[in-house]
Amino acid sequence: MSAWTALLLRDLRLARRVGAGAELGLVFFLILVSLLPFAIGADQRFISRIAPAFLWLSALLATLLGLDRLLQADEEEGVVDQFLLSGTPLELLVLAKALAHWLVTGLPLSLAAPLLGLMLAIEPQAMAPLALSLLVGTPALTLIGLIGAALTVSLKRGGLLLSVLVLPLTVPTLIFGATLVKEAALGRPYTTPLMLLGGMTLLMLVIAPVSAAAALRHARQ
Amino acid sequence: MAPLSTPGRVPAPALAIRGLAMARGYRTLFRDLDIDLAPGQVLQLTGPNGTGKSTLLRLIAGFLRPDAGSIRWSPLPEDATPGECLHYSGHHEGLRDGLTAHDNVATLASLLGGDPGRAEAALIEVGAGPLAELPVEVLSAGQRRRVALARLLAAPRPVWLLDEPFTALDRDGQALVRRLIASHAQAGGLVIAATHQPLDLPDIRHVTLGGPAS
Repeated sequence: MSAWTALLLRDLRLARRVGAGAELGLVFFLILVSLLPFAIGADQRFISRIAPAFLWLSALLATLLGLDRLLQADEEEGVVDQFLLSGTPLELLVLAKALAHWLVTGLPLSLAAPLLGLMLAIEPQAMAPLALSLLVGTPALTLIGLIGAALTVSLKRGGLLLSVLVLPLTVPTLIFGATLVKEAALGRPYTTPLMLLGGMTLLMLVIAPVSAAAALRHARQ
Repeated sequence: MAPLSTPGRVPAPALAIRGLAMARGYRTLFRDLDIDLAPGQVLQLTGPNGTGKSTLLRLIAGFLRPDAGSIRWSPLPEDATPGECLHYSGHHEGLRDGLTAHDNVATLASLLGGDPGRAEAALIEVGAGPLAELPVEVLSAGQRRRVALARLLAAPRPVWLLDEPFTALDRDGQALVRRLIASHAQAGGLVIAATHQPLDLPDIRHVTLGGPAS
């Protein structure tokens, strides 16, 4: 088994075993969405109008959960040192970690989102596009988070700083994702935001592993 | 278990350190440091606390860049970086809580180009066989140390860099470390260990850091 697959499987096993965020992200998402009607009241039309934006915001916040420990736990235990001695480039290893994080947070969020959309009275024709937008967009959120996690890896209480660093960078993804769902709800074509969203994810796929690896190497010096 | 102790297919490269200097903060830890080490040799690093033993090992491992001087390995196998030829065992064992001892060693073996199937045999070899299926967070410090040592055997690499390898180990464990070092060197491997415990080996090399303060 290659180093890359071994690391991916290890992270998936860790996520399953310690109750470390895998289901919690989803529960957090559910709670945020069910809080909205309490805050706004029974104005169903208004809720339905802001639902795309709110669902995307909630997904963004749920993705942030657990990011602070994404690399920190490995750094503290000296596992990142072992990554550096591996024949596999650090860039690919951190990508495996990001993929594991997305598989246990972004993917379940995307699949559950249409159900939660139902609670927010989202237009029926927007349900599939909502799941699609999250499937295409949440990898970008995880990858941006990977950079933040690498930059704050040696800070003991880096979680808040990480959010402050990461959230502004997620603005384009948020705009394109929420726009996509809004357009779909109005029955309009949403190819353009989908393309831009995919473009963001591809761009981050290139930038994030390189930046995160550089940050980890620099943290040692 | 002879095959477990061999340093692998790759022969150990020789190490040549020339004019190495390193400062941490405003303090110079060492300068003009020259070390030559051939395959099959064991080097013991000593020196008072804070004189740069761990820093030197991390420099040799390639985690840090020196302020001056060079660290050369030759010959290296084609396409291999120095990091791929060495094991680094530091204060942190590289074990993740939440995984069993076996899964930890198997993952590290995969990461380091070894065979995860050897994790079990390696754990038995270091006397941690009965601990294989326990999550590492329930192990004592000495038991964790043994589990950490298992990766040296599960992923054979010619160079071992050991930072305080005796920490937390009982008498048996210390004897085990001496035995592992001796057999690794005998098989043509190269070992650098930072420790004040006697290694009890014939023709061992010594380098003491922290001469007059600079």
